[in-house]
Amino acid sequence: MSLRRFVVRRALSVVPVLFGVSVITFGLFHLTPGDPVSQLVALNPDVSAAEEARLRERWGLSGPVWRQYLAWLSNVLVGDFSRELRTGRAVSGILWRRLPETIVLGAFGWVFAIAIAIPAGIYAAVNKGRFGDVAARVLALSGVSIPNFWLGLLLILVFSLYLGLFPVLPPSRLPLYHPETLRYLLLPGVTIGTAAAASVTRVMRTSMAEELNEEYVTAARARGLPERTVVFKHVLRNSLVSVVTLAATLTAGIVAGSVVVESVFNWPGLGSEFVRAINRREVNVVMAITLVTAVAVVLANFLADVLYAVLDPRIRYD
Amino acid sequence: MTDDDDPGTDTADDDGTRSRARSRTDERGRIRITGFEADRVRDRDSLSEWGDEAAGGTNGGTAAGMDGRWRRGLRRFGRNRSAMTALAVVVSMALVSLLARPVEVLGVVVQPFALAPYDPTTILYLSVDPSVSPYDPPSWRFPMGVDGSGRDLFSRVLVGGRYSISIGFVVVGLTASFGLAYGAIAGYYGGVVDEVMMRIVDVVFAFPGLVLALVVVATLGGGYWQLVIAFSLFGWAGYARLVRGEVLSIAEREYVVAAKAIGARDRAVIRRHVAPNALSPLVVLASLNVGSVVIGVAALGFLGLGMDPGTAEWGTMLDATRETLIQGPGGRIPWWATVYPGGAIFVFVLAMNVIGDGINDALDARAAGVREGKRRREADRGGDES
Repeated sequence: MSLRRFVVRRALSVVPVLFGVSVITFGLFHLTPGDPVSQLVALNPDVSAAEEARLRERWGLSGPVWRQYLAWLSNVLVGDFSRELRTGRAVSGILWRRLPETIVLGAFGWVFAIAIAIPAGIYAAVNKGRFGDVAARVLALSGVSIPNFWLGLLLILVFSLYLGLFPVLPPSRLPLYHPETLRYLLLPGVTIGTAAAASVTRVMRTSMAEELNEEYVTAARARGLPERTVVFKHVLRNSLVSVVTLAATLTAGIVAGSVVVESVFNWPGLGSEFVRAINRREVNVVMAITLVTAVAVVLANFLADVLYAVLDPRIRYD
Repeated sequence: MTDDDDPGTDTADDDGTRSRARSRTDERGRIRITGFEADRVRDRDSLSEWGDEAAGGTNGGTAAGMDGRWRRGLRRFGRNRSAMTALAVVVSMALVSLLARPVEVLGVVVQPFALAPYDPTTILYLSVDPSVSPYDPPSWRFPMGVDGSGRDLFSRVLVGGRYSISIGFVVVGLTASFGLAYGAIAGYYGGVVDEVMMRIVDVVFAFPGLVLALVVVATLGGGYWQLVIAFSLFGWAGYARLVRGEVLSIAEREYVVAAKAIGARDRAVIRRHVAPNALSPLVVLASLNVGSVVIGVAALGFLGLGMDPGTAEWGTMLDATRETLIQGPGGRIPWWATVYPGGAIFVFVLAMNVIGDGINDALDARAAGVREGKRRREADRGGDES
């Protein structure tokens, strides 16, 4: 199968998944008792039945569920996520304002993870069983096990409060491209990237160690190639494939992590907005962010598969 | 990958050749078929993934085969010092949290011990000692200090494990069993059933678990069983996908084909042959998942959406400290209120992950099982001879 056909087929398989994602998102909020309108009505006992009906009409909560769903879906498809219940602000505006903040944070976390994990994994695999390997393994295991919110709190405790190196609160109104932002980005970025760094290190070490036992490595060594060429030219490329398969899972982890980490550091992204919206019962905002998150994960999965197919042509024939 | 690629195989075969040479001299005079070496073939079998059991299955003694592998895994796990240490940590943390305060069920005291010196909800300066003030640093009387509401942190950390640890195991138990059934059915029937069931799994997989749990808790409200539901409702998808993959490879094996050929019903085949064989990787994944559920529960608590505020639960305890930590508590920094509850989560999850890695090593037939199995077989043979 050519690469193009593989990509097209894989892209088509995304469609039913996205459909399912929209059904679950909608169902989670609409099949549970207590929709936003009944909450509004409960707050104000003077609302008449006619007014309630008008409210329902306005928020798209009247009629059979499937029609509500279709109305919601057709709006979402053109980028209309309805409005906040209390303020009446358009939800899509909130999304567009918050999304870049989360993307910057997540991207920083990814870069940090890769920058730490790939060299660490290579080092550990090459020096298997020695001190450096043991240290890398212990650190990686700790990195997988540490709760990210606790890590964030500890970093604040040490670097902001005791050492005073970083401000405790994030930029109030600094634009993202401002050079100062990098300084504020460091602690949350490291916090969000640690888990990914630890997982990648573990996978990198295992797959690298496995590859080093392959026959082609022995052959390369027998031909008299310097060890550095063997490791970096031959083995590295093959072990990176397993990191790519992990990439989608880790992206989901970073997305979920942003909810917690942004709350720890008061980072004004989608994650902290999500928690705020949940606490204020802004159903439309929660739904929109849930949907955006899921779509992002589906796309990440798709990209990882395509990348995988590029790196390892065998996969296309499955 | 074929068996010959594995360097471990070569050394094992060397051992095998040596032992065969020895046994040959013992059995002098017997007729021997050359070119077919039973030992070697048996080794190959045990090399293929989870193959030991397959061998047990073909002999009609599934239980015996199971037994052997699990016992062997158990022995290997017992020799893994770090895994045993981690197991001790987990067991003692669970015991300590259970014994921290008396447990009452419907007014009857079922567990009378109290390791924790104070009740976790007692505000010390109100009822115990008026000289205690919020955020008192650690001392002999209060080994982990006093929290922002004037409660003994040591007692709270001890009791706090009850929620996190039990929710972790309950959720993993529920999700793993459902995922096992789901994956086994999808993989076994294949075709349209498989296609539809796995698409559903794909959809569930699109949502990060924590996000869904947040949404569920937001609709249902906080509390113990709400948390269990929040993490169970969608947590089974990972197991389902894993089991389905295992089953697809198992369903092709001879003993399943044979069972079907003699007219065994689908349900019997799934229950007796397919599901038990997919169990090993499931156990590994489950043991690694306990830690992530515990972290997830604590994360919800930290976001103020888990248990009621004020509950002595590790994550909820951290939620209360965050504000003072970030705003600065006027002079002193109450590090103890952050370090100890979070440290408890960290130690538990770390230990759980070490156990998971240990189980993985112990049950993974490919990595270390060859030599181990060899030695056992030799030991058995030696036993027969003496």
